This record gives sequence, structure tokens and C-alpha cells, in this order.
Amino acid sequence: MANTSKGAIVGLGVTPMGRIYGRRAVDFAAEAIALALEDAGLQKSDVDGLLINANIPNDMLPGAQMTLGLENLTLMNVMSAYGSTGGSMMQYACMAIREGLATTVVLVYADAPLTPSRGAGQSYAGPHRFPLGGMTGLKAAYGDFGANLGYAMAAQRHMHLYGTTEDQLGTIAVGQRQWAQMSPWAQMKAPMTMADHHASRWIAEPLRLFDCCLVSNGAVAIIVTSVERARDLKQPPVHVLGYAQCAPGDNASTARHPGVETGAKRSGEAAFRMAGITRADIGSCQLYDCYTYTVLVTLEDYGFCAKGEGGPFVADGKLAPGGALPTNTGGGQLSGYYMWSFTPMSEAIVQARGQGGARQVANNDFILVSGNGGILNYHSTLIFSPHAGG
Amino acid sequence: MSQTATKPVPVPDEVSAPFFDGAREGRLMLQHCAACEKWSFPVRERCPHCMGAKLAWRAASGRGTLYTFAIMHQVMNPGFAADVPYNVSQIDLDEGVRMVCNIVGLANDALRIGMAVEAVFEDVGDGVSIPKFRPVTG
Ligand SMILES: [Zn+2]
Repeated sequence: MANTSKGAIVGLGVTPMGRIYGRRAVDFAAEAIALALEDAGLQKSDVDGLLINANIPNDMLPGAQMTLGLENLTLMNVMSAYGSTGGSMMQYACMAIREGLATTVVLVYADAPLTPSRGAGQSYAGPHRFPLGGMTGLKAAYGDFGANLGYAMAAQRHMHLYGTTEDQLGTIAVGQRQWAQMSPWAQMKAPMTMADHHASRWIAEPLRLFDCCLVSNGAVAIIVTSVERARDLKQPPVHVLGYAQCAPGDNASTARHPGVETGAKRSGEAAFRMAGITRADIGSCQLYDCYTYTVLVTLEDYGFCAKGEGGPFVADGKLAPGGALPTNTGGGQLSGYYMWSFTPMSEAIVQARGQGGARQVANNDFILVSGNGGILNYHSTLIFSPHAGG
Repeated sequence: MSQTATKPVPVPDEVSAPFFDGAREGRLMLQHCAACEKWSFPVRERCPHCMGAKLAWRAASGRGTLYTFAIMHQVMNPGFAADVPYNVSQIDLDEGVRMVCNIVGLANDALRIGMAVEAVFEDVGDGVSIPKFRPVTG
């Protein structure tokens, strides 16, 4: 028997995603919050907590509260640990509700970096976003722009140490595309074969285009409340049974091996302990997938296989539809939509509710959700369930 | 308005100036803590190991090994359009810090993790030099 629920998710709002131009991030946020309120059967005036996921500079700043028209909040903050933030926001919302700081907390992520005149990579990490002073300028002088290179270097190290192959990474991308074809929200639905993966252009070798996440304009909002209050609301509650974080430290110390050993290990162990379950209880994973490699290394660090065996572990297609460990069942960020940890959280909510339609997993008792930020610097873990435990 | 794009040139700031001054003189200058005797990088104001405030600048050996690398194919800045595909590499310096940089003097397909490398210095314009690394020969 699992431990008792730490908080309940009662509302989910997902806007249309992708190349939708001419709108500010905060406007997508407003749409997502309105959708989440409708989903939950709540009014805007019921909201007394707001946690905003900060982003690479956009308008998701404290002032977004006023733009959104949310009033009399007793919990309000903008948070940032890059892609792991959403998982941490969920943790703080649960704690704040249990401590009585707020009753109904909105978590929101929104971004709108895509413009008609720039490609996705340029929109997200082009030189317009980076100044040249000091050490930042040194990185630029080496041509070290954006996250693609950092993850490519991590993957290269893993390949060197453990013999991980391009085919093994490709299996992850192909499987997630199959899932995306069943999700109404996914941006990329065209079929993808392993040959398509290998034919996609290099971004930062050893990573190809189809190893990299999308860039999305859009927003996701999630509403959290107490276990008691959730019983009276419109949707089947999704319970948060366990959570943890781990931020191991600087990548620049040779005493550490940051590209191949991540915070997922410690964070995962703590989250399982809090939930009172083991890895064997997990029926489905929604893992942060900025790159195919991130999925592979996260599975290793969560202990689904030994360190270094992530490649052979995924190679049989167990993450894809019909596989033994359905993972990133909405297509993830590789083929679904890129909303940082709100992508895995949103899909986990759908699956825990049993609302996945054609992509619904058979065993949704315990769903493992990860967030990851920086170059594998920040990690958050959540365990969702339709059951309140206890 | 379009002309040959130049690469971004770092602008030394107060804390990083000794690093760039050293590079201009052909030395890899790193910060060393008087209290705990550890090296640190990237440049900062205070020791990340013991939080001591007394960081002295010392010439490092300039030697290390290739921890990992990637080959960049995207043109994220027009100054690199003629360079793609180029390597971005992480060097484990003998001093115990890991540095992102480029390896020069070697084809991309000859890069090998673990290979011994040493610092060389490149004038990148505006009176600024930066360290890069090349394979150690002989
Ligand atoms: Zn020190």
C-alpha cells in the first residue's frame, strides 16, 4: 500500500501548441489558466495561489499576475530551475496547501519564442539572447551556443564509456513519434522510421534533429488543491504521492561526471521512499526529454537498468506503444510539445485520469514524472496516481 | 548591409580581466584559493570549494585531457558560418577543473576522448586573446 497523497491535481489546461504567432507568452498563459479552471469546474476567484515558471526572458514575470487578473493571492512567486522547475512548483504547491498558505494553486508555464522569420533553434538560443561580457563572452567565442552542444557532449561521453549507439537513441525518438500520433495536442505526427531518424540532419553530433526537442509557442496550466477539496470537483483527482529534487552541482569540476550521472538517482530514490512504493510498481514514465539522450540517462539513474545499460534497455522498443514500460505517451517534447516539465506533468495527469483515449496505458496506478534543467544540472521527480493511498 | 560576419569577441570584465590578460601573454591564468589551495573555473569572485574570498591568479599548466566533445553543425551565430562543422570540447585540466573550449590542429574525426591536449592562444581581435587546445605531440 502506498503512502497517503500529498496533494491533488484537479485542473489541466493545454493551449494549441507550435507555430502560433503574434501572441505573448502571458496571453497563452491566460488561455491555459482559463482552460484549467473550466476543466476543474472552478472560478478565477477560487484561485489564491499562483506559481509562475520563469523562462528564458519572456513576460512570465511577477507582473504576469496583474495581466492575468488574479487577485488576493496568498501564495505567489516566479520560480526557476529551468526544465526541472515545474516539478518543483508542484512540490511547493502541495506543501503550501498542506501548511494552509493557500487552497487552490495555479501552476503555469508559457512561452512564445517562435517568430515567422527565425528557425526554431535561432528563436530559442540565437545570439540575440546572449551578451558578451566575461565568461559568457568566452563561451560565445568558442561557438558554444544553446543547450544542444552540452547534451551532445554528454551523449558523446556516454557513447565512449558504454558503447551507446545512434540506433539506441533513435529507438527513443521513433517510439515517441508513435505515441504522438495518438495525442490530439502533439505538434509532430508524421510517421518516423529509424531511417528517417538517421537521415535527419546533424544538430550537434552525436545528436541529430530528431534527437532534439521541439520549440513551442503555447502554455500549460495545472491546478492543485487539497485531497479533501478535490473530492467535490469535476475531474477525477490525480494524487501526488511522492516528490523530490536533486541538484548535484557544477559541471566544471573534474571530480564529478555530470554528463553521465545526474540528480535523477538521488531524487528518484527519495520520491519512491516518500510514495512508499518501489520502481517495480511504476506502470508508465513521463520523462523530461529535451533530447533522446536525456530519457536514456534518466532511466539509468532511476535504476530501471544499470549505469551504462540504458542503450540496450531501450533498444527493444519497451518505451513505445505496446512496450513493457510505456514512456512519454503524448510524444514528449521530442514530438509532442516543448513546455519544459509541464510536458511530462500534463501527460501524466491525462494518463492518471484514464483520459488518454487511444494512447491510454493499461497500468496507470503509479506514474513516474521527471523534470530536468540546465545541462543535466537540476532534477525533480514526481509520482502521480489515481489513488489517494494510505 | 551584409558583410562578412565576425565571431563574437568576449568583453573582459572586472573579474575576468586577468584571465584575458594572461591569454594575451600566452598563459592560461586560473584562480587558486589561498585558504583551501584548490583551483576553480569559470572565473568568479569567491572560492566555490570553501567560499573563501581570497582567490589568487596563477598560471596553470595548460595541460589536460579531452573529457568529451561535440561537433556543431548549426549556425547559431553568423560569425561561425564558415566554421561548421566545428568542435566544442570539454578539457579536464591537470588542475582539476573542466573547461569548455575548441580543439585546434586536428580534424573532427580524429578527436578522441582521453587524448592529451595543451593550451594554445588565439588572437580573436579587439586586443583579446583566448585559450584553445591542441593535441600534445611527442
Ligand atoms: Zn577555497
